[in-house]
Amino acid sequence: MTIAGERGAEKLLEVRDVVQEFAVRGPGGVKGAKVHAVSGVSFDMWRGETLGVVGETGSGKSTLARSVIQAPRPKSGEVRFLGTDLMKLGRRQLNEARRQMQMVYQDPFGSLDPRWRVMELVEEPLLGYGVKPASKRRERVCELLELVGMDPGVFGRRRPHELSGGQCQRIAIARAIALNPALIVCDEAVASLDVLIQAQVLNLFERLRTELGLSYLFISHDLALVKQVSDRVAVMHLGQLVEIGPSEDLYRRPLHPYTSALLNSIPGLDPATGKVRRPAAPKGEPPSPINPPSGCRFRTRCPLAQARCEQEAPPLRELFPGHQVACHFPLATGEGAPETAGETRPAAAADGAADGAGNAAADVVKGAERP
Amino acid sequence: MSGEPTARRTEEVLDLALPTTARGPSPGGPLLEVRDLRVRFTRGGRVVNAVNGLSYTLDAGEILAIIGESGSGKSVSTRSLMGLLPPSAEVSGSARFEGTELIGMPEKEMRSWRGAKIAMVFQDPARSLNPTMRIGAQITEAIRAHKKVSKKEAAERAVELLKLVHLPAAERRFYEYPHQLSGGMRQRVVIAIALAGEPRLLIADEATTALDVTTQAQIMELLVELQQRLGTAIIMISHDLGLAASYAQKVVVMYAGRAVEYASAEKLFANVRMPYTRALLGAIPLLDRKTHELLPVIPGQPPDPAALPQGCAFRPRCDSATDRCLEAPALEEHEPGHWWACWHPAGEREAAATRAGAQADGVRVGGASGKVTDPNRVKDGAQR
Repeated sequence: MTIAGERGAEKLLEVRDVVQEFAVRGPGGVKGAKVHAVSGVSFDMWRGETLGVVGETGSGKSTLARSVIQAPRPKSGEVRFLGTDLMKLGRRQLNEARRQMQMVYQDPFGSLDPRWRVMELVEEPLLGYGVKPASKRRERVCELLELVGMDPGVFGRRRPHELSGGQCQRIAIARAIALNPALIVCDEAVASLDVLIQAQVLNLFERLRTELGLSYLFISHDLALVKQVSDRVAVMHLGQLVEIGPSEDLYRRPLHPYTSALLNSIPGLDPATGKVRRPAAPKGEPPSPINPPSGCRFRTRCPLAQARCEQEAPPLRELFPGHQVACHFPLATGEGAPETAGETRPAAAADGAADGAGNAAADVVKGAERP
Repeated sequence: MSGEPTARRTEEVLDLALPTTARGPSPGGPLLEVRDLRVRFTRGGRVVNAVNGLSYTLDAGEILAIIGESGSGKSVSTRSLMGLLPPSAEVSGSARFEGTELIGMPEKEMRSWRGAKIAMVFQDPARSLNPTMRIGAQITEAIRAHKKVSKKEAAERAVELLKLVHLPAAERRFYEYPHQLSGGMRQRVVIAIALAGEPRLLIADEATTALDVTTQAQIMELLVELQQRLGTAIIMISHDLGLAASYAQKVVVMYAGRAVEYASAEKLFANVRMPYTRALLGAIPLLDRKTHELLPVIPGQPPDPAALPQGCAFRPRCDSATDRCLEAPALEEHEPGHWWACWHPAGEREAAATRAGAQADGVRVGGASGKVTDPNRVKDGAQR
C-alpha cells in the first residue's frame, strides 16, 4: 500500500486554506447572501497516489476540485501544483500548467461534442497543445484508444451517440490522458454507469494508474467506491475538511462522527454469505451553506455535540500517523473498530490491521509532521 | 444488522390518524400476480423487445425489488402495469391486481386506479413536482382527485400526510414551493402525494438513486415504516443490490427483459445461482475490498433489445455458456422458493456438497457457496 507522505515521493499538490464563496442573487439580480462552498481547506497530494473525496451533495467536494484546477479561481488560499502556485499564474501560464491536470466528468454524453467523431474528439487536446505534425497526432490517437481498450478501427469513425455510456466515458478518459498529465480529477466519473460497466471503467482507471503513474483526485459520494480506488480519503462536510487519512484506517476506525454516520448509511452486503447490514440513517438534514452553524458545522446533527462544539470550531489535528480529524470529541481511539467496519466483515478488519494501523494507537499524536 | 430481510423494526407508537385503507393480506391470493408479461415497441420497422415474459407474485404488504442494469426492462415492466407506456407499446400477458386484470384495462378505468390502488414514486423528485405550485396545493389536488372532500378537509389531510412522511415543520412547508426544499424533503413530499390516494401498492422507481447515501437511508426507512404501518406493498426498482438485499423480501433479477433469478432476498443472496447475478454481485465495490484491487468484471455490454442473441441473452458474456445455451432456459423453480433461468447455474458443485452436509445436520442449503471475491473466483464457479 502506498500511503503518501512517508515515502518521500514528490509532492504533487499542496492546497492551503482554500476558500471559495459564491454570491446568491435575490430578485432583480441583487447580490444577497454568500454560499460558503469551501471554507479554508488544506491538504497535500503526492505523485502517484489517489486521494478520494467524499461527502454529501453540497459539501463542496466538486467546488474543491474545481478550485484545484482553477476553474473558477478560488477566492483566497494557495494551490501549489508541482511547486508552482497556480493562484499567481497568468492565463497563458495557467493554460500551460493545465496540460498536467485533466478532468473527467460524470456525464459521458455531456462532455463530448455529439457532432465529432471519436478520432477528432481524442485528437482535440493534442491539437490544442500544438502536437505536430498530423501524422504524429493520428498515431497518438490510435495509441490512446488502444490504451483505453477501444479498437480504433472499429470505433474511430463513430460519433458519441453510437457509443454506450461506458464507451463514451472511455473516450473522455482517453482525452484526459492524451497529454500525459500528472493529475486527473475525476468528478463522479463512474456515477452514471451501471455496476458491471462501472467495474470495467474502475479497472481501467486502476490499470492506467500503474501503467502511466497517474495521480487521481477522485470525487464521489459512494464511500465503497472511493475505498476501492483511494490510498487516502478526505471527508468533506459543508465546505470543510472534517477528516483525512489512509483509507484502510479511516474506514476501519472513523474518528469523526460524520464519517461514521456516512459509513453507517451504506447498505452492506457480504457476497460470500449473503448477509446484509441494513443501513442506519442519521437524523436531520445538512445545514445550509449560506448560514452555517457556529463552531463545528456538524454539531446540529451530531449525537455527541456539547456546548464546546457551539463556541469553538475544532481545528484539523493529527491523532494517528497521517490521520487527521477536526472534532473536539473524536470517536474510537484505540479500542477496536466501531461497528461500521467490524460486524459483518471480519475479513476486512483482519486484512487492514496488518498494515500497522493496529499499533498506530500506541504512538498516538506524532504531531505535526506537516507544515 | 439483520440477516433477515423480514425482520421487523421496533414500531413506534402512532399518534396520527391512519388512512382508512384495509390492511393485512387480502383474503384471496396475492396482491399482484404478473404472468408472462411482454412489452414490445415498434418504431420505424425496428422491433424492440423490452420485456420478454416476466412473471412474479407480490403479496400484500410485501417489498419486492426488481434489479437490473439500464435497459433491462425493469422500469418498462412496471410502467406497463399502470398503463403509462406510449401507444406504440404492445403489451401482452397478464397482471392481476387483487384479481382484476390490469393489462388491456380501458384508459378511463385505469385513471381511477392510478394513485388510488397503485401509486408511483420516480427517481427525480425535482421533476415530479410542479415548481410553480405550493407543496400544499399539490397534495390537496391529489387528495381531491381521489376523494370528494372539502378544501379544508383536504388541507388538514395534507398536513397529516406531510407529518406521516416526517417532513419537518409540516405546517410551514405546506405553504412553501419545491425549490425551498432539499432533495430528500422533496422526495418525502412526492411520497406523501403518492400516499394521498391510499394505495395498496407503491412502486418506487429508483426513488433513492438521486439522493445522498444518508438521505437514501432516511427515505428507505420511511418506506419500510409506511409498509409496516399502512400495510402498503412496495415494488422497488433499483440497480443497487445492496439496497435490495437490505430492504426487500423478494428479489427479481432482470436481464434483457427477462427475469433470470427470483427468490426471497434471504435465499437469493445466500446462494446466488445465475451467473449474471453473481457477476453483478462481484462487481460492486465493497468496503472490505482492498484498495487498488481489480474488480472481477465480465466483458461486453448488455445486448441491444432490438437484436437479442439467440437463446439465453446472457450467453455471449457468460463464462459457462455452452451450445445448450442456444436454447433459452426457462425460469423454473429449481429449489423450493428459488427460481432461476440457467442451464449451468453457478455454484452447482458447492451446492451439492452443502446439500449433502445439510441433510445430515439440517442446515439450510447455501452457506458460503456464493463467494465472489476475486476475478479468478468468478471463473472458478463457472468452469465445470
